[in-house]
Amino acid sequence: MAQPLISFQDYGFQYMAQAEPTLHNIDLDIYPGEKVLIAGTSGSGKSTIGNCINGLIPFAYPGQKTGKIIVDGKEADQSSIFELSHTVGTVLQDTDGQFIGLTVGEDIAFALENNCVPQEEMKQIVERTAKLVDIDHHLQYAPHELSGGQKQRVSLAGVMVEDVKALLFDEPLANLDPAAGRAAIELIDMVHEQTKAAVIIIEHRLEDVLWRSMDRIVLMDEGRIIADMPVAKLLAGSFLLEHGIREPLYLTALRYAGVEIGESLHPEHVDKLALTDEIKSRVRSWYQTQKTRLQPEKKGQELLRIEHLDFGYTPEKYTLQDVGFTIYKGEMVSIVGRNGAGKSTLAKLICGFEQPVSGSICMDGRDLSGDTIKERAARIGYVMQNPNQMISKPMIWDEVEMALVQSGMPKEERKERVEETLKVCGLYPFRNWPVSALSFGQKKRVTIASILVQRPQMIILDEPTAGQDYRHYTEIMEFLKDLNRQGYTIVMITHDMHLMLEYTPRAIVFSEGKLLADTTAAHVLNDPELVKAASLKETSLYTLSMACGIDEPQLFTECFIGYENREGR
Amino acid sequence: MARIAILSYIKRDSLVHELTGRTKLIFFIAWSVAAMVTYDTRVLIAMLLFSFVIFKTSRIKIRDIRFVLGLAAVFLLLNNLFVYLFSPEYGVEIYGSRTVLFTIAGPYTVTLQQLFYHFNMTLKVICVVPVALLFIACTDPSEFASSLASIGISYRVGYSVSLALRYIPDVQREYHNISQAQQARGIDLSGKDKLFTRMKNSVAILLPLVLSSLNRIETVSNAMELRGFGRNRKRTWYNLRRMKRNDWIVAAFVLAILIVDLLVTFWDKSRYYNPFL
Repeated sequence: MAQPLISFQDYGFQYMAQAEPTLHNIDLDIYPGEKVLIAGTSGSGKSTIGNCINGLIPFAYPGQKTGKIIVDGKEADQSSIFELSHTVGTVLQDTDGQFIGLTVGEDIAFALENNCVPQEEMKQIVERTAKLVDIDHHLQYAPHELSGGQKQRVSLAGVMVEDVKALLFDEPLANLDPAAGRAAIELIDMVHEQTKAAVIIIEHRLEDVLWRSMDRIVLMDEGRIIADMPVAKLLAGSFLLEHGIREPLYLTALRYAGVEIGESLHPEHVDKLALTDEIKSRVRSWYQTQKTRLQPEKKGQELLRIEHLDFGYTPEKYTLQDVGFTIYKGEMVSIVGRNGAGKSTLAKLICGFEQPVSGSICMDGRDLSGDTIKERAARIGYVMQNPNQMISKPMIWDEVEMALVQSGMPKEERKERVEETLKVCGLYPFRNWPVSALSFGQKKRVTIASILVQRPQMIILDEPTAGQDYRHYTEIMEFLKDLNRQGYTIVMITHDMHLMLEYTPRAIVFSEGKLLADTTAAHVLNDPELVKAASLKETSLYTLSMACGIDEPQLFTECFIGYENREGR
Repeated sequence: MARIAILSYIKRDSLVHELTGRTKLIFFIAWSVAAMVTYDTRVLIAMLLFSFVIFKTSRIKIRDIRFVLGLAAVFLLLNNLFVYLFSPEYGVEIYGSRTVLFTIAGPYTVTLQQLFYHFNMTLKVICVVPVALLFIACTDPSEFASSLASIGISYRVGYSVSLALRYIPDVQREYHNISQAQQARGIDLSGKDKLFTRMKNSVAILLPLVLSSLNRIETVSNAMELRGFGRNRKRTWYNLRRMKRNDWIVAAFVLAILIVDLLVTFWDKSRYYNPFL
C-alpha cells in the first residue's frame, strides 16, 4: 500500500487554556486521493483534528501534545503553517469571515500574492481556477454581492491555486441552505475527480455529505476515534445514534418499518438501496397502519394577522410585496425561503424595527402600527441567530433581568419573575453563573430566557438551530416544544428541513419577497416547485416512498413524523 | 440594508479614475505638502482653481460627497473660530501692520490683517479637501494596499487598511442588528433618556459587538495565515496597475507644482505673501 499522506500516530493534544486533553491516542492514516468524512458532535474533537492537519495547532493555538503527526513525509510540528498550506488547503466554516479580498479575483489570488507569484502568471492561474469552480464570471464582485454558496466556491478556489495534495473542509454545510449545501457537496466531488487531491470533510450532517460517495467515515466522540470504517459498514451498525449523530432519514424510516439494516442493503445512499420485494411490502404495510392514525391539526384562535404588507429599503426595490398570513394561538410555524427572500425583514417589520410602506400587522385584532419597539416587545419576543450577538451582561441573572430593569419593575417582583423564567428554561441551577461558563446551546437558552422574562405571547426565532449538531439540535428543539406546550406561540425562520418536518406542522414559504405557499411542512418538502423556490431539497423519504411504490410521498412523510412524535426518538 | 453612503469609492469613467492608485497617492501627498507649506495667497488661489478643474474632470458630483463636504465645512468653521478666540492678533503679528475695522469686545477687535490670515488659512484647507476626497472617491479600494506598498510602506500596514475597508460594512450591519434586538429589550438609544443612561445603554450593544468582532478577527487571521500571509518580506499584487504615460505626466506635473510652490513661497524668505507692505 502507498505511503499515507497524513498520519496521526498515537497523537494526543491539550489546548493551553483547557484542563483536559481534547484528543486522546489518535491513530489515523489518510492516503493520497482518499475521500474521508470525519463526523462527530460539537466538542468531539473533530475540528481539532482538522486544525492539527493544517498547522493551526500548534502554531496558532499552542498546547501540549503527545505522539506525532506526519504530513507528506514530514513531522507537522517541525514544519510551519506556511509550509503545510502548500500540502493541505483549508476551507473554513465561516464563508464570509474567510473572504479576505475586496473582490473575488483578489481573494482567489491571495495565496499567490503572498508567494510573490508575478502578476501575469497570477492572473492566468486565477482565471483557470475560477473556471474550475464556476465562479469565473464574478471575478469583479464584492463579497456582499455573492451568495453563501458562491463565497464558498471562492474560498475553495483560493486554496486550490496552490496545487495542494489534500483539501480540508471544516463544516462546509454550516452556513448554507439545503440546496446550496447539496451543490457544495457536488462541487467538492467534481474537484476531487479533476484534481485527485485527498478530500477530508469535517461535518456532522451525515446524510447531506453522503449525497456523493465517500471512501470512509471516521466517527469521533470525546476526543477519541470510535469508528473508522467504510460508509456502509458504519451505517449498518448502531454507532451513529449512540454518539449523537443523526442517521440518514431513509434508514430511520426503514428501521421504523422493522427492516434490518445490513451492509448488503447498501445503506450508503438512498438511490443505491437494495430494496427487495419483501422490504418494500414491509414499508407499505407499515405505511398503511400509520396512515389511519394521522390526525388533522386543530387551529387555535387568531393571534397575529398580516395583510397586504409592502416594504422596501429603497423605493425602487421592494423586499416584501403584498404579504399576508395569520398566525394562530399556540402554533409552531416555520418561515422558510432562500437567503434574501425577505424572511428576516418580515420579522423586523413584526417587531417594529422597520416600518412597512403599506399594509397592516394586527395582534388580537388591534393594529400595531402605532406601537413602539418596546411596546411590541412586551408581546412579541425576537431571538437572534447568534446568542453572542444578544448577551450583554457577564452574569446570567443580570442578563435575564435586563429587560425588567429597563422597564422599571420593582426589585421584589423582578426577582420572582426572573426565578420563574429561569426555572422554565432549566437554567435555575446556573442562576449565579457567569455566561461565559455556558455551552452554545445553554447560551441560546439564556437569550430565550431573557426574552421570555417579558412574558410575550409569541416568540420569533431566527435560525434557532444553525450550526448545531443533532444532540444540541434536539435539546434546543425539545425545549422550544415544551414552551409551545405551555402556550407560547413560536415562529421560526429556518433553513433546517429536519426542524420543519419534525417540529412545525405548518410552513410559510417565501420567494423573492412574495409569499409563495402557506401549507404543511410535509407538503412543502414533497412539492418539487416549492422545494426549488425555497432553496430546500426533497427529502430522502420522498425517494424512499417512491421506490417502495407509495405514490403519496407527502402522507408517507406525515406518517413518519407522526410515528416519531408518538414513539419518541 | 438601509445605509448612508458616507464616503466610499464611486465608480465612474474619467481621467482621474484611470490613473493608478500610486499616482493618485503621490499626487495627494505632494499636493497636501504644497498647500500646507505655503501661505502665499497667489499660489493658493492658483492651486484652488486647479483643484476645481481636477474635480470637474473626475465626474464626481457635489451631491455624491455632500455629507463629507458639510462635515469639512463644520470643522473649518470651528477651526477658524478657535484660532480667532485664542489669538485674535495673530494676523497683526505676521503682517506687521494693524488696520482695525471694528471692535467686538475687550481684546477682540477685527483687523484687516487677521481677516486676511483667516482667508489664507481657509484657502489652504479648501485646496486640499477636493483632492483628498477625490483620492478616496476615485481610487478603487483594491488598489489602496498596493499603492501604499509601492511608495515603501510595509504591505502589512497597507493590508490592514484594505481589511478595514473590507469588514467595516459587515460590522456596521452587525451593529444595526444588535441595536435593534437590544431595543426590543428596552434599551433605548434615542434622545429620550438622559445622556448617562444612554451611555450606559450603548455598552449593551458594544459588548456583543466587540466580542463578535474579536471572533471575526480570529477567523480572518487564521484564514490569512493558512494562505501564507506574512511568509515573505515582499508580496506581489493582483490589482497593481502599471504606470502609464498619463501617470508619469501627472506625477511629474505635481512634483513641478511642489517645486514652484516652494520656490515662490520661500523666495523672499517668508511663508507669507504680505500685501500690507
